Amino acid sequence: MSNIDWSTVFEWSTLLKCFIVGGLICVIGQILIDKTKLTSARILVTFVTAGVILGGLGIYKYLVDFAGAGATVPLTGFGYNLAKGAIEGVKTSGFLGAFTGGIKNAAGGIAAAIFFGYIASLIAKPKMKKQ
Amino acid sequence: MEKIGKQTIKFTNLPTIVDTASIVGPKEAEGPLAKYFDKCLEDEFWGEKSWEKAESKILKETVYSVIKKSTLPISSIDYCFAGDLLNQCISSSFGLRDSNIPFIGIFGACSTFVEGLGLGSIFIDGNAANNVICAASSHFCSAEKQFRFPLELGNQRPQSSQWTVTGAGAAILSSSGTGPFITHFTPGRIIDMGIKDANNMGAAMAPAALDTLITHLTDTGRKPSYYDAIITGDLGHVGKEILIELAKTKGYNIKSNYNDCGVLIFDKNKQDTHAGGSGCACCGTVFSGYLFNMLQSKKYKKILLIATGALMNSTSTQQGESIPGIAHAVSIEI
Repeated sequence: MSNIDWSTVFEWSTLLKCFIVGGLICVIGQILIDKTKLTSARILVTFVTAGVILGGLGIYKYLVDFAGAGATVPLTGFGYNLAKGAIEGVKTSGFLGAFTGGIKNAAGGIAAAIFFGYIASLIAKPKMKKQ
Repeated sequence: MEKIGKQTIKFTNLPTIVDTASIVGPKEAEGPLAKYFDKCLEDEFWGEKSWEKAESKILKETVYSVIKKSTLPISSIDYCFAGDLLNQCISSSFGLRDSNIPFIGIFGACSTFVEGLGLGSIFIDGNAANNVICAASSHFCSAEKQFRFPLELGNQRPQSSQWTVTGAGAAILSSSGTGPFITHFTPGRIIDMGIKDANNMGAAMAPAALDTLITHLTDTGRKPSYYDAIITGDLGHVGKEILIELAKTKGYNIKSNYNDCGVLIFDKNKQDTHAGGSGCACCGTVFSGYLFNMLQSKKYKKILLIATGALMNSTSTQQGESIPGIAHAVSIEI
């Protein structure tokens, strides 16, 4: 075990890019919470919509190629996934694909969110915030 | 009793506040007023399955506790005025459904406690009752769920937002007794300055507090210095500063004897509650615990209690309506 060369286990430069990009997306959210009167629900919708638009225009793809999960895990990544799915849907199934492709592409994430949310509700009890 | 001035009721057979009781949650128990409350809970559920059930239990136990403290038999309580923040005031009605006390449910948002004190005083001065209970409750978790977001969402609270006090306050008013007495009741007007931010209630309610304060002083011919303390219900740190400034522009200097229950109940530096406390229980518990103690120990001889309320609901907020504010005042003297 002691022979593991940690410098080769992970691609540290990829992790760093992922961390910085993901972090910056969250910083934008924090600024919106602190400096504007937008509720968290509106910020959430704004992020998803921004992801859809940037995905549709083909811009967000470069961010995903650069930062991987740093760009796909935040909410904008969900929007990007929807846009990507819709575009692919049109290519494979024509007009109808614009409506089915987005959800199809994001199905894994949506189903997992519902499943794990349900599991969490069974084993956890909500508590008062600390602050 | 008689109406004096524009909208103030002056009592003649002065109702006495016989006794008060207060129960608070864990956060309030860590605050600077903890020693004045009758009971501090360690757990926001208090053994119940839901926060709504817990809030009902808090209200119920506070009412029974004030009856016990007053040594009056429960059958001698003529009416109970109570209210809270949950839809259709279920904390009060569910909490008191087994009590057999005639129940008058009231809603004045966070001004409910003083609304109850005022209405109860009218009943007593008008010989419609000998003993009445006035109570109000709120719960941080049930209020967040109803008015903002479910706690499970775990979202951040903006700096201007206030912390809904978990707890309940109750007072027994009686036709006979040795004080403290309720001498005046000034019901407020609805004031809407167009503020729409549900996370900045202090700013929405401060103009209503100002209106009631000035009306009360004009109607009674008193100056702010007549009172040892002028206390608002839940303007919090943001609203308190706004009220001091607004009063100054109208020619009243209230800085020296004015404070707010939402400022008093939490320690701003240690507890990180952002803009201070709010909720029906904010004014209810701070009066029933701290202020009543100050009156009994004669540290305060005359106080003006102005409870403030934001008259919105979750639908009106979602539809982009502004938040109308209200403030009711009672003058309490020993």
